[in-house]
Amino acid sequence: MIAIIDYKAGNITSVACALQNIGEKFIITDDTKELERASHVIFPGVGAAGDAMVNLGQKKLDAWLKDWIKAGKPLMGICLGTQIILDYSEENETNCIGLIRGSTKLFPADLKESGRSLKIPHMGWNNVELKRSHPVFEGISKDAEFYFVHSYYPALADDSVVLGVTDYGIKFCSVLAQKNLVAMQFHPEKSGRPGLQILRNFCAWRGNDL
Amino acid sequence: MISKRIIPCLDVRDGKLTKGIKFKGNVDIGDPVEVAREYYEQGADEIVFYDITASSEGRNIMIDVVKRVAQTIFIPFSVGGGIRNVEDMRRVIMAGAEKVSVNSAAVDDPSIITEGARAFGSQCIVLGMDVKKVKVSEKIPSGYEIVIHGGRKYTGIDALWWAKEAQSLGAGEICLNSIDADGTQEGYELNLTSLISDNVQIPVIASGGAGKPKDLADVLTKGRADAALIASMVHYRTYTITEIKQYLKEHEIKTRMLW
Repeated sequence: MIAIIDYKAGNITSVACALQNIGEKFIITDDTKELERASHVIFPGVGAAGDAMVNLGQKKLDAWLKDWIKAGKPLMGICLGTQIILDYSEENETNCIGLIRGSTKLFPADLKESGRSLKIPHMGWNNVELKRSHPVFEGISKDAEFYFVHSYYPALADDSVVLGVTDYGIKFCSVLAQKNLVAMQFHPEKSGRPGLQILRNFCAWRGNDL
Repeated sequence: MISKRIIPCLDVRDGKLTKGIKFKGNVDIGDPVEVAREYYEQGADEIVFYDITASSEGRNIMIDVVKRVAQTIFIPFSVGGGIRNVEDMRRVIMAGAEKVSVNSAAVDDPSIITEGARAFGSQCIVLGMDVKKVKVSEKIPSGYEIVIHGGRKYTGIDALWWAKEAQSLGAGEICLNSIDADGTQEGYELNLTSLISDNVQIPVIASGGAGKPKDLADVLTKGRADAALIASMVHYRTYTITEIKQYLKEHEIKTRMLW
């Protein structure tokens, strides 16, 4: 069974709808006892890092996530859920969970592409260039595009954790993977068939990065 | 590199499309969920629902439509029309919509933008702007004025000022509709679109006037729009979204080609 962590950071209806569509059983919860019953955990989130960390702390979910990762069980971060597993976020100057070394940074204001200024937020469909293969991205075409909406991006300390990069004036880490953790800046639940395939792959994944 | 987005717009009243859309077998389809599915299959990047329901009973039907859409298509969609306060926004977002758009409600009380952005994040809040070309004046220096009530009421607000103001209030995107071009199918208002797009940092969706694929190519290049809204040209089956995207690809405009 899949668990979606509900920590009052935005709307999780669309993640639930996507899991329903691919025929996965799931629960939505903020209760660590409930979470323990799951085989896989999805850590979504939309909104601001500051509030998100406060809400996680109140439910002791930050500490719980560290234990889950130590236990080797599969975890997927999505959007804000990817940003706040790093050490720190520039958004609200927030100390974050620290599962992955690095920090979340604001896009520079003067991003340009072919001489034209780029908009912030980075909102819309973009490609992901994978650095290596990964079970969660199996069967995904290199031409597939994914739906992004964000103003901050993950900047990792260790390049070997970067699984995929996306070009938006700068090349940023749009997917990271380490052992039983995979996390992405885009929204697989809103990325059409390729996105649903990623969710399906994750639900079948045992948490090994091979 | 980011793709330009192609966004069909569906008008809904009491849970039904205001104008039935003919697809397979030429059967008139009135169900917005079925048509949304069809456009999703054709490669729509996002869908806009515009609810023109007047009754509160009809609004509850719309919430049910939103829930069914969220279970059927796996791309972002927004809902506009009749959103008057944060509670209206919450109902639509909790039902599964990514974004809500506010138009005349924001003209009446701009704080709805700030409150909505605070509650759900800027990325959820789209400002819909209906704009008419007018004589340049001290009050309307851009020569474009905000109108409401389907273009019948002039507000005295300059469109360029309002776009910048909405951005600073917390809007995450602008849906820019030219009332002059709307319904003509003779192309988007390129001057208006580039003026707004060049002067805000948030994405701009161009709306009003699309009749052929070249119109989209123009507004996405010369108009510098980030996305293009379409209605009649796909509703009447003159073109499919797939054909439009193919045309854009041939003209070196990047859109999502795999779905």
